[in-house]
Amino acid sequence: MGVLAKKKQRKDAEIPTSSMADIAFLLLIFFLVTTTIDVDTGIGMTLPPDLDQEQEPPPVRERNLLKILINAQGQVLLEDLPSSVAQIRSEVLTHVQNNGVDPRYSESPNKAVVSIKTDRETPYNLYIQTMDEVWMAYFEIWDTEARSMGFADYTDYRAQLEDVAENEIREKWPAQVSLAEPDPGSSD
Amino acid sequence: MAHFTKKSKAKPEISTASLPDIIFMLLIFFMVTTVLREQEVQVRTILPMAEALTKIEQKRYVSYVWMGPVKLSGNRFGETRVQIDDALIDDMTNIRDIMYRKLVDQPRLIVSLRVDEESGMGIVTDVQGELRKGGTLRISYSSKRDISNL
Repeated sequence: MGVLAKKKQRKDAEIPTSSMADIAFLLLIFFLVTTTIDVDTGIGMTLPPDLDQEQEPPPVRERNLLKILINAQGQVLLEDLPSSVAQIRSEVLTHVQNNGVDPRYSESPNKAVVSIKTDRETPYNLYIQTMDEVWMAYFEIWDTEARSMGFADYTDYRAQLEDVAENEIREKWPAQVSLAEPDPGSSD
Repeated sequence: MAHFTKKSKAKPEISTASLPDIIFMLLIFFMVTTVLREQEVQVRTILPMAEALTKIEQKRYVSYVWMGPVKLSGNRFGETRVQIDDALIDDMTNIRDIMYRKLVDQPRLIVSLRVDEESGMGIVTDVQGELRKGGTLRISYSSKRDISNL
């Protein structure tokens, strides 16, 4: 009896931890290999809600609407005048910041709408380039506004904005981009 | 000479006792950042380049819609198709139901449209129409930063 008790006491039950690092290394390598860290970037926007068939879209006065038309060949029509993608940004800037000065452009930033229309055959690449120019124009406006409020730029303003607080800059300069239903395509 | 022997006696060794802890820290970091369920994309999506980009930091809000020419065997590409989750969409009107169900699960859903740059606008507009019917209005046109301009 005495012998058995002694034996039991001597046995110090321990899990060997020397291989712990190796096990952890294996797991680490597995997760290293499977991880994709890249963040998804893109041009964010909000689609208009689905309207009923009977419901008419809200009327927009002709002067408040900046029409951009891109056909399947990549030709750009800005306010019914042949133009290029590079000119879109400055045109959007003058349109939104017009404040009723020029009768051809918008009455106020709140009413200014940019409408993009494509053909069904228009390459997506071109559409994104157009979209990019329009949004860059808005970013430029927001950056200027943020700087006048004492921030470094719009991103800085957004970062310091609390979740609940209303985004004043976007209230003042709302980005109203409308996507018109494309034409069936005239290329063929 | 006596000095010499003294030096050889003291074996300089880096303590490996904390090694498992360091490794565990790294392990936990990668476990947290890993997204395991990566769907296999069956269509080609070469994303367009853009400047006016915003980052989607919360990956759990994002649902992807892929559009592009379907990958065939031997580096060939078929017609432009739409893929959501693991499946190619045959009937476009199914998209509204799929998206509506996703929206119920995640009210702050952002739909990231990963469209091949050579696709036509027709299919994109069709999908957007379906998204509007499904009520998923927050979208993002996934694009890459143009590095050549920097």
